[in-house]
Amino acid sequence: MIFLELFLSFFKVGLFCFGGGYGMLPLMEETVVAKGWLTAEQFYDFVGVCESTPGPIAVNMATYVGAVTGGPLGSIVATLGTVLPAFIIILIIASILKNFTENKYFKGFLKGVKPVVSALILSTGAVLLANAFGFFFKPAFTPDLRSMVIFALLLGVYFGVKKLWKKKLSSIWLILLSAGMGIAVCSVAELL
Amino acid sequence: MIWKLFFNFFKIGLFTFGGGYAMIAVVKETVVDKFGWLTEDEFMEVIAIAESTPGPIAINMATFVGYKKAGVPGSALATLGVVTPSLVIIYLISLFLEPFMANKYVSYAFVGIRCAVAFLILKAGFNLLSKAGKKPLPMITFGVLFVALLVFEWFAVSVSAIVWILAGGAIGIYAYALRGAKEREGKK
Repeated sequence: MIFLELFLSFFKVGLFCFGGGYGMLPLMEETVVAKGWLTAEQFYDFVGVCESTPGPIAVNMATYVGAVTGGPLGSIVATLGTVLPAFIIILIIASILKNFTENKYFKGFLKGVKPVVSALILSTGAVLLANAFGFFFKPAFTPDLRSMVIFALLLGVYFGVKKLWKKKLSSIWLILLSAGMGIAVCSVAELL
Repeated sequence: MIWKLFFNFFKIGLFTFGGGYAMIAVVKETVVDKFGWLTEDEFMEVIAIAESTPGPIAINMATFVGYKKAGVPGSALATLGVVTPSLVIIYLISLFLEPFMANKYVSYAFVGIRCAVAFLILKAGFNLLSKAGKKPLPMITFGVLFVALLVFEWFAVSVSAIVWILAGGAIGIYAYALRGAKEREGKK
């Protein structure tokens, strides 16, 4: 039954989501792709949409996957699944285990998990970039110059703004900017 | 009180872009500065707990603040409050996304957006890595796993992220809690 499957899958993702919203992406992608609910490409395209809509990214992604596979009820069930582990754990910590986060075994666990989640996130990012550039998974090596130009422009703008105005561009601006660059660069590429 | 919690966390869910970390500032504004539901110190404690427990940071914070102010019903409504805007907005988007994606210019925009998503994910990864510590053990764990993950990706071998997380946690417990305790005993 799809609703139970959605709930359990997202409960598992919520339970192992350390390191904020991005820490959850590798596991959620793995689950969603293995179940055949979305392709990896559809998944990360929607990450882009989530970056430009309000709300926690994990909740947004769960809602979307739920909606696509199970309609309105699916989206509610998937969101509940993602949120429930956090909800229960925090309730337990707030009510009974007040000093749980001071526990040395738990602290050791977290210290050990941090480099693992960093590796998971960075390898995901590296594969995404390689995909965008056309290095991975394609039948032949077909470098995508458009993506390389856009990525270079993005880096330039982000670090330029950081250096000149001491401001960090927020993710929503980066997404909007990249969308504009995508339209501009691809339209130019089409004319050439 | 519980409706006030719901309403204010609804507002937080509706107006914060860019995920959990961007939310911390907005939650602080509401919870500490505006209503005084928590003191500055209590809020710092909440962030520490939210960062060290699984789950989206915003959810952790909403649950904790809700519980402190109005028990279990408070935590349920605060959490529901943060989640509801996402649920409604994303559901509506899901209805219109597919025909929208078929448009040529939208597909062009996504060529750019994919680059930005890769950039944001890499940025988040570097951020977390800088918090993992510069000591040899986390660096080696990171380096070995990073290379292994790319090799696995290339050969399309899939090992669940849960396995790596649990393995990392086990190494951490051994290295920081068990071995550390032994060394201290040895010194005595």
